[in-house]
Amino acid sequence: MQQIFNFIIRNSNRLLFLLLLGISLALTIQSHSFHKSRIVSSANFISGGVYEKINNVNEYLSLRTENDELILENARLKSLLFSIEDTTKAPMIDSLKGVKPADIIVSKVIHNTYNTHENYITLNSGVKEGVKQDMGVINSLGIIGIVDKTSANYSTVVSILNMESHINAKIKKSNHFGSLTWNGKSTGFVQLVDVPRLASIKKGDTIVTGGQSEIFPEGINIGTVEKMYTQDKTSFYVIDVKLFNDMTNLGHVYIIKSKDREELINLEKKEKK
Amino acid sequence: MNSALLVNIFRFIIFLTIQIVIFNNMNFLGYISPYPYILYIILYPVNSNRSGLIISSFLLGLTMDMFCNSGGVHAAACVILAYYRPYIFKFSFGLSYEYQTIKLNESLTPERFSFILVSVLLHHIVLFILEAFQFKYIWDILLRTLFSSVFTILTSIIIIYLIKPNKR
Repeated sequence: MQQIFNFIIRNSNRLLFLLLLGISLALTIQSHSFHKSRIVSSANFISGGVYEKINNVNEYLSLRTENDELILENARLKSLLFSIEDTTKAPMIDSLKGVKPADIIVSKVIHNTYNTHENYITLNSGVKEGVKQDMGVINSLGIIGIVDKTSANYSTVVSILNMESHINAKIKKSNHFGSLTWNGKSTGFVQLVDVPRLASIKKGDTIVTGGQSEIFPEGINIGTVEKMYTQDKTSFYVIDVKLFNDMTNLGHVYIIKSKDREELINLEKKEKK
Repeated sequence: MNSALLVNIFRFIIFLTIQIVIFNNMNFLGYISPYPYILYIILYPVNSNRSGLIISSFLLGLTMDMFCNSGGVHAAACVILAYYRPYIFKFSFGLSYEYQTIKLNESLTPERFSFILVSVLLHHIVLFILEAFQFKYIWDILLRTLFSSVFTILTSIIIIYLIKPNKR
């Protein structure tokens, strides 16, 4: 017994080191397995509050671009009001299939990362406003990501610039489905994989969300085809998609509540039984 | 409560604050950001309590992880740097470092520079390996380590001389 205590006292630093290293490695490994709830995230009282304070200052610096966006949106709404044909390409939030205005939560990005392989965005609305895990997040230009963790007032979003994220998407013209991922290289481009070679695709075609996922309604804009190539020995295309969104510059976003989601999941559960 | 402890707590908060408010928002070429918050570990007094350093480094890294949404990446890198700090001292200043009074914030000698260099490299390589977590990105990891280290060392040296100007 004496020897055990002596051993612990003599090697206290090493044991402490190994213990803390073990904890941090466990947290790391856990964070790399997607959608297991992460223990340490910025959706909490302290870091959410700090980010909100920082964002309050930053907002003043980007008032001009924010104003420009508002002017554009105003112009588009006015053109709708006077029933002149809409010439801007932005999707209409209020006309998405199966989504009523009441199902949209308006929120604000208070922190945004885009320089690592797995990027997350922090929003300033949480459970109190009705945000839940796995809700889709979009803005007036296109999709942003999927809600990951929530707290009372804040939530984190898995950005589409996250190598673990897979979002169902399709080519607007031909309805060929694929899976939207990111290769971690450029913040302006994401990759659409698993599109069959049979699909006829041209540069400049629009990519929109597909109807197979329960998270996003069908037909929300993502981007345009920039380049397509085949990876050797497969019969599938890899398509570089140029995003409509500038993911490095995000302001206000919309969170979509999908009402059919629970119904769908319940149905699929019954199927498995 | 002695003054050394107070100074350390003060540094802990100040370095975290400037890292989160200023340096986390710096992205040279999209992916290179400096991490001068590890100056807390580098500047920790040489002969002070070692387990205190390891625990506080872990907390430092964990707070960074909380703000960066990165799991336990920063915590692991900081704990490793804190544990191997005496060995880096031995490497840079020679065996008898414990009997000297090493003050990093004086004029920049080759020994002091090599200490900062090795510490930053160790921290960054662990950080980026854990962040990517796959060996197919090894070139990406090395490139990021190299560029980020250069910027971290530059900002660190600037900060060291901003905090304590040479008293003559």
